[in-house]
Amino acid sequence: MASTSLKFAIVGGGLAGLAAAMKIAEAGHEVDLISVVPVKRSHSVCAQGGINGAVNTKGEGDSPAKHLDDTVYGGDFLANQPPVKRMCDMAPQIIYLFDRMGVPFSRTKEGLMDFRRFGGTLHHRTAFAGASTGQQLLYALDEQVRKWEVGGKVTKYEGWEMLSLVLDDHQVCRGLIAMNLQTLELKAFKADAVIMATGGPGLIFGKSTNSMTCTGSAVSACYQQGARYANGEFIQVHPTSIPGEDKLRLMSESARGEGGRVWVPRKDGDGRNPRDIPENERWYFLEEKYPAYGNLVPRDIATREIFQVCLEGHGVAGENQVYLDLTHIPAETLTRKLGAILEIYEMFVGDDPRYVPMRIFPGVHYSMGGLWVDFEQRTNLPGLFAAGECDYSIHGANRLGANSLVSCVYGGFVAAPSAIDYAKNVERGNTETNGIYDAELKKQREINDQIIKNEGGENQYKLHEEMGKIMTDNVTVVRYNDRLQATDDKLRELQERFSRISINDSNLWATQAVPHARQLWNMMQLARVITLGALNRNESRGAHYKPDFPDRDDENFMKTTIAEYSDEAPVLSYEPVDVSLVEPRKRDYSKGKAAK
Amino acid sequence: MNTDQHREKRRLENPSAKFKLKIQRRENQDASATWETFELPYRRNLNVISALMEIRKNPVTVEGKSTTPPVWDMSCLEQVCGICTMVIDGRVRQSCSALIDDLLLESNSDTVTLQPMSKFPNVRDLKVDRSKMFDHLKQVHAWIELDGSYDLGPGPQISNEVAQERYAYSRCMTCGCCLEACPQYGDDNYIGPQAIAQARLFNMHPTGKIEIEERLNGLLGDDGIGNCGNAQNCVQVCPTSIPLTRAIYETNRDVTVNALFGWLKK
Repeated sequence: MASTSLKFAIVGGGLAGLAAAMKIAEAGHEVDLISVVPVKRSHSVCAQGGINGAVNTKGEGDSPAKHLDDTVYGGDFLANQPPVKRMCDMAPQIIYLFDRMGVPFSRTKEGLMDFRRFGGTLHHRTAFAGASTGQQLLYALDEQVRKWEVGGKVTKYEGWEMLSLVLDDHQVCRGLIAMNLQTLELKAFKADAVIMATGGPGLIFGKSTNSMTCTGSAVSACYQQGARYANGEFIQVHPTSIPGEDKLRLMSESARGEGGRVWVPRKDGDGRNPRDIPENERWYFLEEKYPAYGNLVPRDIATREIFQVCLEGHGVAGENQVYLDLTHIPAETLTRKLGAILEIYEMFVGDDPRYVPMRIFPGVHYSMGGLWVDFEQRTNLPGLFAAGECDYSIHGANRLGANSLVSCVYGGFVAAPSAIDYAKNVERGNTETNGIYDAELKKQREINDQIIKNEGGENQYKLHEEMGKIMTDNVTVVRYNDRLQATDDKLRELQERFSRISINDSNLWATQAVPHARQLWNMMQLARVITLGALNRNESRGAHYKPDFPDRDDENFMKTTIAEYSDEAPVLSYEPVDVSLVEPRKRDYSKGKAAK
Repeated sequence: MNTDQHREKRRLENPSAKFKLKIQRRENQDASATWETFELPYRRNLNVISALMEIRKNPVTVEGKSTTPPVWDMSCLEQVCGICTMVIDGRVRQSCSALIDDLLLESNSDTVTLQPMSKFPNVRDLKVDRSKMFDHLKQVHAWIELDGSYDLGPGPQISNEVAQERYAYSRCMTCGCCLEACPQYGDDNYIGPQAIAQARLFNMHPTGKIEIEERLNGLLGDDGIGNCGNAQNCVQVCPTSIPLTRAIYETNRDVTVNALFGWLKK
């Protein structure tokens, strides 16, 4: 290879991965882009609301400093502040760049970009393209990267899944092993640096709002090879999602903003048509418990209350669901104000929410935790970088709406030059790389062979279901130490049973059984990181809530949880948080935001 | 969504306890297609994907024969990624948004039939290879040429009207429904509506217009826009209601204007 052109491998083709690929290609280097699905189908498409950036076109005096304050306050002071500041400073430029790429953002009368308000801020800071902003941003980067593909700088490996890193004998990342999902062929990708951009691990919880590709499998592989995983216990659960047989789909908070009421029948297991249940036999539990704010209590409180009601068996028909009722509002008003989101409900559930109360339940939505990175998106393994939801760096203990898209792009835009800088300056010395690729290939092939050979009668999809259920029951909204411990015991039992799964597919061509088994094992490893991180954190902060430790404890826990792999159990340690820019203060949305 | 009055959704009345899923199977590209039928307990909110997931947990046919788990593609399950497209009861659509209750009601039977799309190479069972669609996007230069991704301030001012029209085209998730339904598309003889609509998306943009000739050139070959037979099936099946026939009409007009303009330049 010519000394001027370096080779990078990027794993994941969502916003973060494509952002990094574009920057590297533009700098004249080469990219192998590895993705389990065609990159245009990545999970970034699911983001609806918008992208935050303090562009201040509404005469409100918004600024990146205020965006920073909102973000670290919303994150309950668990994020290191310097990278958050850098992201907020960069956000307006990121939005303008997408505007230049032709994203059809909604416009004002003057033809400028329009901005709307979102949760956790008082400013119009969110640029949006219809009700599918994530899709539109992803497509813009997909188009730019396609141009670089035509230009020969980017080579896509779509339908390939990363199995492991290739590390040299100094624990330096020199590439990775990926598997072709049709042929099951394994291939070593040599690279001067690797960027992980694989998104979140929602499937650990069985059903979530995430896409079916969001297993966290590749990140878990990095963790098992020595990469540190940070703040795993911080999982955002959105209060209102639409329970489906296959997944949970998001129902926007605006339904409650427009007057939606949350209730369950007063009689447990009442199977009557909701419209036949008289008013005095309905329990409007949010309104009853929080008379001042009613259904518009902050997101984490709403989530906790709904979850608790169902856990105690009061859910509709005894199931994990409550009514979100809009039927008291005139249908034409609903159509005008909420049409697009109500259509989603109608499409997937079949009921028209203007006439039939929606059935909703909190849904696992986002992981604030992820691979540990420094302020330049470097993991602790030299040569390995991370960006987007799979890194832990921006959102602290809770993510604000419309901050995910901007953090993905920011992560990619920082990781790319950082990786280039590393690759240009790294001293390889006389490290032996002969044989490391073959050795890792052999190791991964043996794991596959073992999976194919196993005959114990356990069904991997049922194991996945069991893991999802116990994780959802015990490691989401309300956490008790005894249940967390029991969850870890169960996870170890599932790991033990994993060795006895039969893949039930005699046809290995394009089989989904072998990849799923690989993902499942990796999910189980991360599940333990999440569970034990939660067990060890005896406080309540952001999305992490323990009734036995209801207050935030800055003295002991304003710290980043670091998990490192060992064969026995994740080894946890804690690192101080850099709060040098915004002084920590109590988070209290009930009285409006406290003054700085 | 009906916008004017209260209309109860039609539901299966007294649905039977079970229903059948008839699936076209194929071991690999070269194997011949076979059919297998599975029986599942009926639940009101099942969609095709969750029915397939049930089968995957216990792949035994209605005759009691153990078989391999069916292979299909899925990702977002919110009808926004496009990957889970297949032919369901003869109609091409996304399987995530296909509700079993609706399908049984519509067909007035106890069976839902699943087939892979026929216009793309069949990988296995219900999984197909649509990479050709992405190649078509290269052919029409479906992107904006940037000087660079560094900070150059905002893009050009655009009226909300144009932005909304472009948004409609930009919702294309490359699912392939329009190509499956198009009588002209197949055997590489026609690029098809999706790529034409994407060319239109960028030709409408003030910066994109600068490169209009590049994009139109991609549509003037043997497989070009002239092959459209005006069957208008594409707009009927598009899950996001993209005005595909309008894109074809307007792009045809651009081609004519451009050809005339190009001739005058000579």
